[in-house]
Amino acid sequence: MIGILIGIGIAFFGFVLQTSIGGINRKIVGRLQKRHGPRWYQEFIDIFKLLSKRSVCHGWIFDFGVIMALGGIIATAMFMPVTSSIVAFENYDNFFIYVYLLAVGMLGMAMSASGSGNPWASIGVMRALTTMLAYEVPFLIVALTILNLTDYSSLTDIMLYQQAAGNSWFLIALPLGGIVGVLALMGMLGKKPFETYIAPAEIASGPMVEYGGKQLGMLFIMHEITVFIEVSLFVHLFLGGASSIVEFLIKYFIVYTVVNLISNVNGRFKIDQVVVFFYKWPLFMAVTQAIIAIYFGWVI
Amino acid sequence: MLSTKFTKKDDVVKTETDRKWWEIGDYFRRNSLWMLMYCTGCCAIELPPSMTAAYDMERLGMGPMATPRQADILLVSGYLSPKTLRRLIYTYEQMSEPRYVVALGSCPINGGIYHDSHVVINKLNQYIPVDVYVGGCMPNPESLLNGFVDLMQGIKNKTAMGWKRYHEHYDWYKANQKHSLGELIIHDEFHE
Repeated sequence: MIGILIGIGIAFFGFVLQTSIGGINRKIVGRLQKRHGPRWYQEFIDIFKLLSKRSVCHGWIFDFGVIMALGGIIATAMFMPVTSSIVAFENYDNFFIYVYLLAVGMLGMAMSASGSGNPWASIGVMRALTTMLAYEVPFLIVALTILNLTDYSSLTDIMLYQQAAGNSWFLIALPLGGIVGVLALMGMLGKKPFETYIAPAEIASGPMVEYGGKQLGMLFIMHEITVFIEVSLFVHLFLGGASSIVEFLIKYFIVYTVVNLISNVNGRFKIDQVVVFFYKWPLFMAVTQAIIAIYFGWVI
Repeated sequence: MLSTKFTKKDDVVKTETDRKWWEIGDYFRRNSLWMLMYCTGCCAIELPPSMTAAYDMERLGMGPMATPRQADILLVSGYLSPKTLRRLIYTYEQMSEPRYVVALGSCPINGGIYHDSHVVINKLNQYIPVDVYVGGCMPNPESLLNGFVDLMQGIKNKTAMGWKRYHEHYDWYKANQKHSLGELIIHDEFHE
């Protein structure tokens, strides 16, 4: 019972954290483009405004898929450790739980978007799944290398392993794998070179094309929690996790801001370019890193 | 006209118990206005400077949106022909409520320099309710942003109630639309 409460607390913490940092990042990007930028709490205003609007219904699947997406993502976030001591369910923070449970949220959104019957939504869902297929393969190779090196699959144990060895982060210990991790994170977050499935000017924001009002508000909440899960996964796997909550906040902010800044100086790939890109250099680097680290044992 | 099937006429009467919630909602709605830009005329060229570094619309919480479902403001910039007016009405009825219309330039007010053309709709307000007019041919980005601030004040003072007016005088608007555009009968063979 306490675990469930802590889990819901972590999901809520992730939502508030990511929404605030997203707002601060909008301000940073504004300054980058020599603008004043919105208020830092603009994202909260956007979400509450969407929840206060009326919305249309495109049928049962459309509404149910949104709830399934939000519920699936909250369920995933409940398992996420924040620091090495704040975990909702001890010994259940296995890496594969996130791989498996994230799919529930994504597929819920895919189902709902297809239920709207809009062709742009179907194209967006197809592109999202293709992008997923592209970045998952290199990312999983690097993640499995880390699991092999540490002999653990629990995120808490992986971050304790990195902290025990004098903060030797896997981003530095596995440099090629670290680069692959950053690229895969950008693909997961849908940041600019890999923003193909949102593409507002091309396919009218893809899967979200038919959403408005309350459903869109729920999808925004879902998106913020998804970003929290993915960035925390990167922090725990590659940056040695965090021993205190302040350390976690600093690492989280730096990772998200760097990825966002890279995103804002890039254009957008076409969908086949995304797949070719991920299957060319990141896959090659990931396989090289795995061979070097596992068979030769060369870890910095 | 078949496009009007999305909007129900009744169920807009808000009871007094909802009033407080609506005032809280009005705060969020006026600070986060997303626009759908319907750019048919030359006034659309005033939008890039008002969105980018010079005037920076995003500091008011505003931004462009891709689809009518997500948008709050329908920004009509420039003149309308019967062909584009039909699409404009489809777009307006797809937007989720509360929705606002901002008419940019002098063409939606009285036809502007095209007032005597036989293919230009002169008064937009007869077909869909307009909340804020930004006059001029063409208006500066300053006056455009001033119009948006007026719209925010209107939402605060509850004067920007075009979407409610559309429900209350729906028959009048629909009669005007039919008069100008004519009846459009779509044969939906899939459902017949």
